[in-house]
Amino acid sequence: MIYRRAGISFTRYQDERQLWKLPTDRWAVIVIFALLLVAPFLVDRLFVVGYLLPLIIWSMAAMGLNLLMGGAGQIHLGYGAVIGIGAYASVHAMRAGLPFELAMIVGGLASAVIGVVFGAAALRVKGLYLAMATLAMQYIVDFVIVQVPAISGGTQAALSVPRTSFLGIAIQGDRAPYYVALALCAVLTLFMLNVRRTSFGRALAAVREKDYAASIIGVDPFRYKLLAFWVSSFIGGMTGAVLAVCYYRTISPDQFHLDLSIQLVAMVIVGGLGSVLGGFLGVGLILFAPIVLNQLIGLAADQFGVAIPTDLRAHLPLMLYGGLIMGFLLLEPLGLAKIYSNIRNYLLVWPFRHARQ
Amino acid sequence: MDMILLLELAMNGVFVGLMYALLSAGIVLIYKTSGIANLAQGAMAMMGAYAVVVLAGGFGLSMWVAIPLALAVMFAFGVALERVALRRMIGQPVIMVIMLTIGLEIFLRGVIPGFFGAAVKRLDLGISNTPIFVGELLLNRAILIGGGVSLGLILLSILFFNSRFGIIMRAVSDNQTASWSVGIRVERAIAVAWGLSACMATTSGVLWGATQGVDWSLSLLLIKALAIAILGGLDSIVGVLIAGVIVGLAESLATGILDPIVGGGTRDVVASVIILLTLLFRPHGLFGREHIERV
Repeated sequence: MIYRRAGISFTRYQDERQLWKLPTDRWAVIVIFALLLVAPFLVDRLFVVGYLLPLIIWSMAAMGLNLLMGGAGQIHLGYGAVIGIGAYASVHAMRAGLPFELAMIVGGLASAVIGVVFGAAALRVKGLYLAMATLAMQYIVDFVIVQVPAISGGTQAALSVPRTSFLGIAIQGDRAPYYVALALCAVLTLFMLNVRRTSFGRALAAVREKDYAASIIGVDPFRYKLLAFWVSSFIGGMTGAVLAVCYYRTISPDQFHLDLSIQLVAMVIVGGLGSVLGGFLGVGLILFAPIVLNQLIGLAADQFGVAIPTDLRAHLPLMLYGGLIMGFLLLEPLGLAKIYSNIRNYLLVWPFRHARQ
Repeated sequence: MDMILLLELAMNGVFVGLMYALLSAGIVLIYKTSGIANLAQGAMAMMGAYAVVVLAGGFGLSMWVAIPLALAVMFAFGVALERVALRRMIGQPVIMVIMLTIGLEIFLRGVIPGFFGAAVKRLDLGISNTPIFVGELLLNRAILIGGGVSLGLILLSILFFNSRFGIIMRAVSDNQTASWSVGIRVERAIAVAWGLSACMATTSGVLWGATQGVDWSLSLLLIKALAIAILGGLDSIVGVLIAGVIVGLAESLATGILDPIVGGGTRDVVASVIILLTLLFRPHGLFGREHIERV
């Protein structure tokens, strides 16, 4: 069928250590990446700027959050603020004359430092309190950005991003930002795929499963939780920089509110905790489901002549996010990634469903 | 800054704090019985207020029929919620359960204004708008009454914890397995806790709705209720009362004193700062038991 072998059985160790173990998967990755590369030349520019670019950038954010939530098992309700810090820090750095490459790292570091300060306060205690502390972080960061004119560029004012370039390519027009974001996203994806194969990733998994068990085998939980916070906030900050330069072009405080954090948490849960592929799937569903649903309802309203109240249509995304989070947590806690892997495992040995996979 | 204004701010702050405390008493009730922090408490307050508005406005019921009816509806909603959603999550990591309640908060925040209208609705309890003068102090009548009602209900819930059913709940909060083995129906106790906390949320939603109108912004009370619950120690009703007064005072004084200096918006950030300071210096709160595992 689709997979031309019945189950995975390796004869050499290096086969089993490969990132994508099946040739089919490897080909799928190559084909998808190639499609993304040629997409700006094939499809309408509105599609690229309006759908593909946000998909790529939010996937980066979701991967960063997933490292913390899925990798280390720590909840973060203020990731929107982390992204905001990165965006503001990098834009200010660029306005001060730094090139984008450096400004991105400045943004990442700013997010990481502030994120770790809040994380350190909360990591002394557990789960529940971390949720509250990160929620508090979201509100405090919002407040500081809005209230300090030096950061926000004056209250109610938007901060425009100066023209810049990445590795010699000027980021302007429609295609250049897309390719810059795609390249950075590819690097980040490779990092996230590989991080779980390093000692760092395994230590995080140990801490996630049971922290005192981890400390018995010599993994310091506090240190690794803090490290997870650092890395994840750094990724968030860099995503903020990419978001500001490639997508928003003008940033204002209301782009990084609690709504964004909730959206990101929804993306991670719906996609699947701890899964890289899940990040992309979750972002896709959370970004496009409200749009599609809204279109469908509009179409249905036109077809059957039913007037849909505007209040209802305006609140559809919230309903959908909440419903998806609850539904997935209750029915499939590991999200879309698990559904995908179930289907794949079924097809791998089809039609012999009792064979070993 | 003259003394009169300061005193006025303080008085209003205390009563506002008591109104916040009612909402966080619901959080504490659930935490005490099942060890879950209900982050949907704000949305439940909003839902309760909407229920009263719909029953009173939509069906033309008198306020004094609509409120008990809404309380009954919300009690049933709380019990059903526990039965349908929370019970299935037993044994899952605590972050999953927290995220479920966040999901519920978002869901309710979409569904309720979506179906019942997002515009601000008036909820008239028959409290007149004229302020009460105590000497030279000007006190908001709705807030005064709301604070008084909240104080009464919280004191009532302290009494409740000494009744037979209250003792059952305390037993469940101490050790679920042990209570099970002596014949306590643990699920029922937790379900009733959810129901009661939904009722508390409704009352607090109605009281707030009477002062500021009913719309989705009622769910923003959540962060304040959380700040109070954490400062009070998450498992102490007395703690809620005192922390409520502290948070209310801090918020009111910050709004009065700091707002002219920094240019507004401190009201929303006071609760967050209190959460953070509590976690930094006294993670188990003012009155909580020191059983929080440190890492």
